[in-house]
Amino acid sequence: MPSVVPVPNGDGADMLSANDNIRRFAAPSRPLSPPAEHTLFHTKTRCFVYGLQPRAVQGMLDFDFICKRKTPSVAAIIYTFGGQFISKMYWGTSETLLPVYETVEKAMAKHPDVDVVVNFASSRSVYSSTMELMECPQVRCIAIIAEGVPERRAREIMHVARKKGVTIIGPATVGGIKPGAFKIGNTGGMMDNIVASKLYRPGSVAYVSKSGGMSNELNNIIANTTDGVYEGVAIGGDRYPGTTFIDHMLRYQADPDCKILLLLGEVGGVEEYRVIEAVKSGKITKPIVAWAIGTVAGLLKTEVQFGHAGSFANSQLETAVTKNKAMKEAGFHVPDTFEDLPEVLLALYQKLVKEGAIKPKPEPVVPKIPMDYSWAQELGLIRKPAAFISTISDDRGQELLYAGMPISDVFRENIGIGGVMSLLWFRRRLPDYAGKFLEMVLMLTADHGPAVSGAMNTIITTRAGKDLISALVSGLLTIGSRFGGALDGAAEEFSRAYDKGLTPRQFVDTMRKQNKLIPGIGHRIKSRNNPDLRVELVKDYVKAKFPSTKLLDYALAVESVTTSKKDNLILNVDGCIAVCFVDLLRNCGAFSAEEAEEYLKMGVMNGLFVLGRSIGLIAHFLDQKRLRTGLYRHPTQDIHYVGSERVEVTI
Amino acid sequence: MSAKSIFEADGKAIINYHLTRAPVIKPSPLPSPASHNPPPKLATLHFAEGDDVQGVLDATETKYPWLLNTESRFVAKPDQLIKRRGKSGLLCLNKPWSEARKWIEERARKEQRVETVDGILNHFLVEPFVPHPANTEYYICIQSEREGDLIYFTHEGGVDVGDVDAKAEKLLIPVDLTQYPSNDEIAKGLLSKVPKGIHNVLVDFIARLYGVYVECQFTYLEINPLVVIPNAEQTSADVYFLDLAAKLDQTAEFECGVKWAIARSATALGLPATAQATNGKVNIDAGPPMDFPAPFGREMSKEEAYIAEMDAKTGASLKLTVLNSQGRIWTLVAGGGASVVYADAIASAGFASELANYGEYSGAPTETQTFHYARTVLDLMLRAPMRPEGKVLFIGGGIANFTNVASTFKGVIRALREVAPLLNEHKVQIWVRRAGPNYQEGLRNIKAVGQELELDMHVYGPDMHVSGIVPLALLGKTSEVKEFSG
Repeated sequence: MPSVVPVPNGDGADMLSANDNIRRFAAPSRPLSPPAEHTLFHTKTRCFVYGLQPRAVQGMLDFDFICKRKTPSVAAIIYTFGGQFISKMYWGTSETLLPVYETVEKAMAKHPDVDVVVNFASSRSVYSSTMELMECPQVRCIAIIAEGVPERRAREIMHVARKKGVTIIGPATVGGIKPGAFKIGNTGGMMDNIVASKLYRPGSVAYVSKSGGMSNELNNIIANTTDGVYEGVAIGGDRYPGTTFIDHMLRYQADPDCKILLLLGEVGGVEEYRVIEAVKSGKITKPIVAWAIGTVAGLLKTEVQFGHAGSFANSQLETAVTKNKAMKEAGFHVPDTFEDLPEVLLALYQKLVKEGAIKPKPEPVVPKIPMDYSWAQELGLIRKPAAFISTISDDRGQELLYAGMPISDVFRENIGIGGVMSLLWFRRRLPDYAGKFLEMVLMLTADHGPAVSGAMNTIITTRAGKDLISALVSGLLTIGSRFGGALDGAAEEFSRAYDKGLTPRQFVDTMRKQNKLIPGIGHRIKSRNNPDLRVELVKDYVKAKFPSTKLLDYALAVESVTTSKKDNLILNVDGCIAVCFVDLLRNCGAFSAEEAEEYLKMGVMNGLFVLGRSIGLIAHFLDQKRLRTGLYRHPTQDIHYVGSERVEVTI
Repeated sequence: MSAKSIFEADGKAIINYHLTRAPVIKPSPLPSPASHNPPPKLATLHFAEGDDVQGVLDATETKYPWLLNTESRFVAKPDQLIKRRGKSGLLCLNKPWSEARKWIEERARKEQRVETVDGILNHFLVEPFVPHPANTEYYICIQSEREGDLIYFTHEGGVDVGDVDAKAEKLLIPVDLTQYPSNDEIAKGLLSKVPKGIHNVLVDFIARLYGVYVECQFTYLEINPLVVIPNAEQTSADVYFLDLAAKLDQTAEFECGVKWAIARSATALGLPATAQATNGKVNIDAGPPMDFPAPFGREMSKEEAYIAEMDAKTGASLKLTVLNSQGRIWTLVAGGGASVVYADAIASAGFASELANYGEYSGAPTETQTFHYARTVLDLMLRAPMRPEGKVLFIGGGIANFTNVASTFKGVIRALREVAPLLNEHKVQIWVRRAGPNYQEGLRNIKAVGQELELDMHVYGPDMHVSGIVPLALLGKTSEVKEFSG
């Protein structure tokens, strides 16, 4: 795989640094003149995003970029849990850095040009954070995204906002969008949808919708039937939205660039009637296309709580049917069904174009936006070599997989530790007898008293006051060719001899000639007449269960040669386990001959011993802790000091 | 998550407990009560499916020994969010326990029609009967509105309270509680038709009741009749809320859950601590978590409960309400708004009575969650008897924001595969409309499966109106929009 890595060549002139691709935006040189009363968002709107929402922020920046904004709409992120000072974002294909502030106060002081906050705080904390934000006189508009804000708190927010002249959008909303200028959070969906609905440039239709999800449909409908969206706000589905239809309708009325108003209401509440009143009193004169969804409610036998908290009619007045009727009577363009809304909108738009009230503008070139790597990957459009490969387990899905086996099956089929070892070590299910054998090995190697070097090390480390892991590891580190290594050595020597075709006697003779001890042969106490019960256990089990025990048989023949020389030169437990394990790998049918040899070469036997003995070493740690033993210092009498007198060195 | 009705017994327990504990917004005309209310006498009886009625009644006598006092007289009634119980003959008044018991026994787990709704009576409340002169019956109701909380009060409460809107005096408590009215204003606004002598007592009660309303985040509270019997000096009064209906703001659970729970703890209800069945679970608060029962006749079916449980365990939203299990039109719609639009379209095409379910899945559910959700709906649909004219399934949805349509559709497709032969046997027409991230692949996949399994399926993308497939499917309308072709 070729890769291009810039190599510093000394003079620095053509060094490519990651910093070079970062765009930095200077603060405006002079304060902007205040926008008109009815303008919430414009092409220079700057906002804070409250809460760590990198995806939403990136969506906003991408939108800004395709709208050809000069500066990103997000000035900074406020994240009270702190920990990070900047957040890296894309600006087109280059990158930019957004400051992250821990306090509202600091963010406001640093960015006096910000007048909008997109508040992603949770339903639990949104009340306090919004109240705090409203203390700042520069804030003109706050969008509250959280669902499930208690109604009493929502009303209090609304009340304070009204007193301070702050426009609240939400709670429980996706936000809103002003094509070509500003987008709140996740409004409009992904970039391809924003492009499909032509939200990168303004049209003439402004809408207010209760539902955030349906605002996407409105964008689509408006783009298909007219010259596009001028502005859209989703006020949120709660019972007490901070601003309602009328607040935004009046803004749209006052905005000369907005020609058609669209209202998508819903069963529940009486806010649509305030728009009707405004039309009747002449406050709103622009044509309104309107529909209230939830007309089904009256036709159902029982009350149903629809998706939105506020979508519940407490009286006839609040039903969608009555609202639609009232809006129609007030002269709104109300379709017969919601499916007919596009037609009604189209007819109205064509009429206004004909009358010259709307002059369609030439279409700008459709902007391109780079696709995010992760999304392209999800769609299967791109590939890239992975830096790591792993075949053992997979934690990404619904359920943890051990070599493809779901963890629930691991328990359902009760495969035991041996089964889990076979899955994770060898990536396959071994026969049940093999799993049992592995468990047997762990049980037999678990401990061998406090005097062996591993246990000793663990005990001394524990007594030095160290933690469990240090004590365990110091014990494990002694495992090698001398301590615990007999397993590996025995497997190697016996199988080599066997494979070479040496008879047991030839093998014993060869080893003696080379002055080598046969690993796995010999015991301090046990002998032929006083057999090691552990060995008997293994032998009996393996003889009964394994399909073939060739190497074990060979080793037993070797034992009969060695014991004829000396009674205690028996096949010890290490040797027995080792040869049986080789028999298992070679003959259980789950491994090819090459695989079996490869596993042995990798030192899997040491793995067995390390795993088994860890049980014992941890036991020694716990034991020493329990006994509250103090620091160990070896008595000097027990050490033979040599060379403590001055050594004469001749140069 | 919204304002939800609660059991009458729970409402009474909450008010009884907090009436003396919740802070009043402004000092009331009477001194604070010296002691807290004694535990309320509320015997609640729940008859679950398969319960032995006698067994439940016997257990009730053990749990509430005061019922057995032969001198006492009781009121028994179903506690299932039923309005106007008196008018439906669902009140058993002024009877000794032996008779009240018989009255409940005759009704427990029986089907009952209330106005137009049929349902099973399975939850009852028994309380001591309070004899009182008719002129002590009042009506009070507090309702939350945009501008504040509206208190309705009339001195002529009782079963025949009539048109409260016309008759009651109203007082708006503004959202900004610093603007809370003075005691004089409360008396003037609500008590103009009540003898001056008991103004203080009533204003004190209203102030305390409103304190509880705020403290425990009620959104609706109606007491009728409210019986207020002042003592001789008229410095305090015995207050009884004979009949109560209330809603709490479920979203305020994180602020009020503790208060809702403690008022309903065994101690607060005067029961031994062991009396409250917790099935071995540890409650997170001092009392049981708040119960928000389904409306009468709308008890959750097994399937609805299953979906509700799945919903509670994920950040995604999964909702299912079976409207008519025998209906032939079923919906599998993504998105809260879109699901309502689909129900509207089906109703306006004249098929409201055939609409079998309302539901939605949204908020990026996983493939598995979508599978289980779709599987549940399909099971219900295929369990309903076959219809000669066949059935219709709408797999609808708006333009998703961030949900990967292809991945949620994988779950739907898996469910379709499992029941494919049955779908054709039941002559199910499947109409699909969906858009949003990666919708092309999602639609392509579902279309391919439709062809492979030879399902009667029509697939549309974003150029079709969100619910535009409904008139096509139900009214045989045609559209210029072409089916999705990949």
